[in-house]
Amino acid sequence: MPAFKFKGVDFIEFDSLLSEDEILVRDNTRKWVEEKIIPIIEQCNREGRFPRELVPEMGQLGFFGANLKGYGCAGMSNVEYGLVTQELERGDSGLRSFVSVQSALVMYPIYAFGSDEQKDKWLPQLAKGEKLGCFGLTEPDFGSNPGGMRTRAKKDGDHYMLNGEKMWITSGSIADIAIIWAKVEDEDNRVRGFLVETKTPGFKADDVHGKWSLRASVTSGLSLQDVRVPASALLPKSGGLKSPLMCLNQARYGIGWGGIGAAMACYDTALQYSKLRKQFRDQPIASHQLVQQKLAWMITEITKGQLLALQVGRLKDQEKVQHQHISMIKKNNVAMALECARMARDILGANGIADDYPIMRHMMNLESVKTYEGTDDIHTLIIGASITGIDAF
Amino acid sequence: MKILVCMKQVPQKDAPLKLNETGTWIREDVSYEVNEPDAYALEEALRQKEKHGGEVVVITAGPARSQQVLREGLAKGADSAIHLEDPGFVGLDAFNTAKAFAAAIKEENFDLIFTGLQSDDYGYAQTGVVLAEIMGWPHATIIMQIDKQDGGIKVKRELEAGFFQHVDMPLPAVLTIQSGINKLRYATLIGIKQAKNKPLRKVTMDEVRSSLGDNMQKIEKLYIPQKTKKTEMLTGSPAEIAKQLVEKLKNEVRVL
Ligand SMILES: Cc1cc2nc3c(=O)[nH]c(=O)nc-3n(C[C@H](O)[C@H](O)[C@H](O)COP(=O)(O)OP(=O)(O)OC[C@H]3O[C@@H](n4cnc5c(N)ncnc54)[C@H](O)[C@@H]3O)c2cc1C
Repeated sequence: MPAFKFKGVDFIEFDSLLSEDEILVRDNTRKWVEEKIIPIIEQCNREGRFPRELVPEMGQLGFFGANLKGYGCAGMSNVEYGLVTQELERGDSGLRSFVSVQSALVMYPIYAFGSDEQKDKWLPQLAKGEKLGCFGLTEPDFGSNPGGMRTRAKKDGDHYMLNGEKMWITSGSIADIAIIWAKVEDEDNRVRGFLVETKTPGFKADDVHGKWSLRASVTSGLSLQDVRVPASALLPKSGGLKSPLMCLNQARYGIGWGGIGAAMACYDTALQYSKLRKQFRDQPIASHQLVQQKLAWMITEITKGQLLALQVGRLKDQEKVQHQHISMIKKNNVAMALECARMARDILGANGIADDYPIMRHMMNLESVKTYEGTDDIHTLIIGASITGIDAF
Repeated sequence: MKILVCMKQVPQKDAPLKLNETGTWIREDVSYEVNEPDAYALEEALRQKEKHGGEVVVITAGPARSQQVLREGLAKGADSAIHLEDPGFVGLDAFNTAKAFAAAIKEENFDLIFTGLQSDDYGYAQTGVVLAEIMGWPHATIIMQIDKQDGGIKVKRELEAGFFQHVDMPLPAVLTIQSGINKLRYATLIGIKQAKNKPLRKVTMDEVRSSLGDNMQKIEKLYIPQKTKKTEMLTGSPAEIAKQLVEKLKNEVRVL
């Protein structure tokens, strides 16, 4: 069990900006995380094990595709969905990653680009967690620049033949379906999405081993060799690189809230620890100015991050959000969380490196979160391009 | 069966307590939660409904903020809610709260009323019992199990020292429910969404005022216990010290 019970973080009556339902969604998820994730997560992290046993319950609670409407999805607002990801990531970024992929990168593209048959067949099963999905965009040689991808689809009668390699794919080896992004040779190499059942011959997934980050989440490489899928596997409304980027926008938005959760976990641990740990003249280390300065920085940055996320969430609910807004919450809140993790680790001294406390795990996790879904740098360039009108990629 | 569950919003158990200026109660700006035994009462009511059909209604008395406990009840599966909404309800004693509830439900016909065993804040353990008396219904307290039978129910009560009592009761009845008797469910996100469309009836203080009387119980003073440390050195030979120590343990600390 963890050393300290999470006490929640609210410095400026942030909760007064939330509706009753939003608070209920947040508190309910927090309770579930506290009871189901926190007791097992350090062990999962040690073993590099994804707690798959929790999937049915997550499905039942409605975590998958929570902000989609119909098909057994909860139809949450974007702010409510954000608060769910915040609480999940307060538990562990790996768990949140799993939910983000299932929701924003698998269910959303089917919802947005899929045919009615694809939606009717897959969304209800994905919402319940009966089927799991993964999202294959990144390749060994193309990360920040997915437009260069080599994966190809070639028309073959009323089928497509897929060939290529995907890398760093969350949930790759546990997925029943993969959303594979490929250039279609017969369409001038336009990027399109395919809904590929992972049991199709020629599809292989191998886990990445030796990860020091997101150890409670599965990460795999995918290999597609002459994978023959029916033409109905094409996501009919996908077209161009814009399609996967629309999915990423959904996921990045959730990550922006998730960062707050990880930061809260680190801050709250450091705050409680600093009041108990005594050094010099039998005084708690919280009585030292240098320690207070770190705590004050953290609570200030967390509070700013909350306000940023809430405003972007409200814009998203009003359908006014722009992709550069989402870049800002992803970049700011993840970098802020990583800095909080480092400061919190410092405050705990040697204890900070041990998994009796959640800090080092969050810190290691956040290194991935900083990189995936558009690196911190790439989001800087997106914000830069939006204010100057000049691409600097 | 139609079951009413009385739910109270109480200050969160592990939240730091801030006293109000007059030192008679807690300040408004603390965090609140559902009174723990009430959560078990709700869970038991939902399970009874799942087994035998019927309807679950949740009721609370308190200011606007206390609607949160009704929302939670509705999100978990209650069918409708009644909110006696007024900040004044916070100051009522158990007798008046029970009278207010009785007045608010006089048009309805419930088979069972559940309350939690007691509230985590006032801790009276009275509201359910008094409510039964006002309604003229039988009641049983500290309930651990409820089985429906022909023409009534059989309940299991917790007594002291590991003893239990099994009682046959007619309906309608009031039961006060013990914490920990079942496993609480989480609200699902869909449940939270659906709760918005479930009926919630508001009752004002004016509507029930004529049923209320003066409080018979009043909090004079609320304070955080002062921690005091007093060290007394015993002197003399070891035999004398031992004698003094036994004396003190017997007469002052009273542990011998
Ligand atoms: C744990 C984990 C899970 C992942 N899950 C998925 C998944 O489910 N699906 C998926 O498709 N992908 C996934 N990814 C991949 C992730 O999206 C990529 O790692 C990310 O896009 C960055 O690509 P890269 O690693 O190839 O880094 P690179 O693109 O090689 O970048 C390396 C460095 O160069 C910088 N850089 C690159 N280009 C520029 C430029 N123009 N200007 C300035 N700096 C630049 C970057 O900011 C970075 O600092 C995952 C990654 C991780 C670590």
